[in-house]
Amino acid sequence: MTVAVPILPSQQLAALNDAYRKAVARKRIRVTVAAAAFSAALVVAAIGAEVDLRTFVTKIGNFVSYFDRIATLEGGARVWSDIGEWFWGWRKWLSLLGETILISYVGTLAGAILGFALNFLAAENTAPAPWLRFAVKRLMEFCRTVPDIVFALIFVIAFGLGPMAGVLAIAIHSIGALGKQYSEIVENIDMKPVEGVRSTGASWISCMRFAVLPQVVAGFASYTLLRFEINVRGASVMGFVGAGGIGQELVVAVRKFYYSDVSAILLMIVLTVFVIDIGTGWARGRLFGKDART
Amino acid sequence: MTQLPAPNSEGLRARYPEVFNRPLSARLATPAMMLGAFGIFVFGLVDLDFSPARFLSGLRQLGWITMMMIPPDPGSSLPAYLVALGETLSIALLGTTLAAVFALPVSLLAAKNIVPSNIFRFPVRRFLDSIRGVDTLIWALVWINVVGLGPFAGVLAIAVSDFGAFGKLFSEAIEAADKKQVEGIRASGGNALHEIRFGLMPQVLPVIAGQVLYFIESNTRSATIIGIVGAGGIGLQLAEQIRVLEWQKVSFLILMILVAVAAIDWISSKLRFAIIGRRAVV
Repeated sequence: MTVAVPILPSQQLAALNDAYRKAVARKRIRVTVAAAAFSAALVVAAIGAEVDLRTFVTKIGNFVSYFDRIATLEGGARVWSDIGEWFWGWRKWLSLLGETILISYVGTLAGAILGFALNFLAAENTAPAPWLRFAVKRLMEFCRTVPDIVFALIFVIAFGLGPMAGVLAIAIHSIGALGKQYSEIVENIDMKPVEGVRSTGASWISCMRFAVLPQVVAGFASYTLLRFEINVRGASVMGFVGAGGIGQELVVAVRKFYYSDVSAILLMIVLTVFVIDIGTGWARGRLFGKDART
Repeated sequence: MTQLPAPNSEGLRARYPEVFNRPLSARLATPAMMLGAFGIFVFGLVDLDFSPARFLSGLRQLGWITMMMIPPDPGSSLPAYLVALGETLSIALLGTTLAAVFALPVSLLAAKNIVPSNIFRFPVRRFLDSIRGVDTLIWALVWINVVGLGPFAGVLAIAVSDFGAFGKLFSEAIEAADKKQVEGIRASGGNALHEIRFGLMPQVLPVIAGQVLYFIESNTRSATIIGIVGAGGIGLQLAEQIRVLEWQKVSFLILMILVAVAAIDWISSKLRFAIIGRRAVV
């Protein structure tokens, strides 16, 4: 079987080709201009950030050899040849890791409770008054835009060195982040149950409890678990500014060049983060099925 | 007027045993979980040395600090702060771009529809995961050891830690791409590289561009803090002013960060709309 491919007469073809070429050329010009603007921005940024390729090239060996050094014990042997020597401080480090997880747990839960209390005031469809919604939204924005470690720096001065500052910093940051995500879920609910409950003469609180909450609780729990996971990472560096957890040990080990300690602590942090990742992922899948794992 | 039949509770009970006669274990599960969560919370409060007295005195201190912060005032160091802010923005832009450039080829190796073999994909994925498991601040500490104090270490720290995140996100975007275009290229005789260039990239690039813009935005936030460990930018100034208790300067710096982040937010959301259209914005 043969199929004849119809070919247009050359005059018609020329017009079409012309239009095509013009369209492509226009697109090319746009892309070129955008690329040029972006490269210019990059060059300016490179000057601003004091990028020095010469240092980079001469020192890049240090980066590779750094990993070589942190994989070597003081005696010169490889770390994995003597696990006992490598993890000599495991008791202390494990308890500090526990403290890190506890900091993020308490911080996340406190933030979740307060964010929960605030989010109904910030969602468009449940806010009792526009001015209140505006105020609560700005407050949340402030809480999540200021990085948690900046709060920790300030809280260390107000509340003293120790995990308390870390917990409060994480809690404040979580209020902002969770409050926003919660209120976005609430904005997407079906309003019919709310009307139903209101038509029975229920108060605002009852509406929230019996019409809104059943629709959103799965999404809330999912976001909270995700936030817990993020906060474990955040809590692992809280110690850098003296706000408790494993970070203190790590920063001391890095600054004083205790190479094998650095690798031991890093490995423990990465493993903990993995375990928490997998654990919360499993819990989310278990609680709400596959579709809630966004 | 019709009247509803009186509710026959016995009949209802008999008909829906799973609603009325739930086993005790199912009824107690939720309260028990909440009690457990609350128990750990209280244990945490005790273990982490929370005490009402400490909390209250801290709050008083915090209130005093807040009073000292008003009004925000840069003193005579406004030019230095502006330079530091520029440094921060540069760190975010350069770090994110570097990360995206390096992550793109690696993400191809981590995508299921390009490398079908589990054995090759698994190590790439774990490698990306472990990079992501280490916080940006920790990478900053490492890079400071390598290239010395200053913003360049910050750029490299952001580049490395985003490399892990981008590798994962890009490979997910590639896996979600439509197979039909790729098959079309193959049917017309293209090789594997053609398939990626003409079948995949046109689908994936807008998604990737959106993600990169979003990360530039969130990295402006990260770049403000890596200065705390000495990797340049406005965080360095902020940490210093907090240490010497110059609260008016601290509040001014925080305000500057808020304004800068809001501005970048605004610009990048405009750009994202321009690149991928309003519907695809997540």
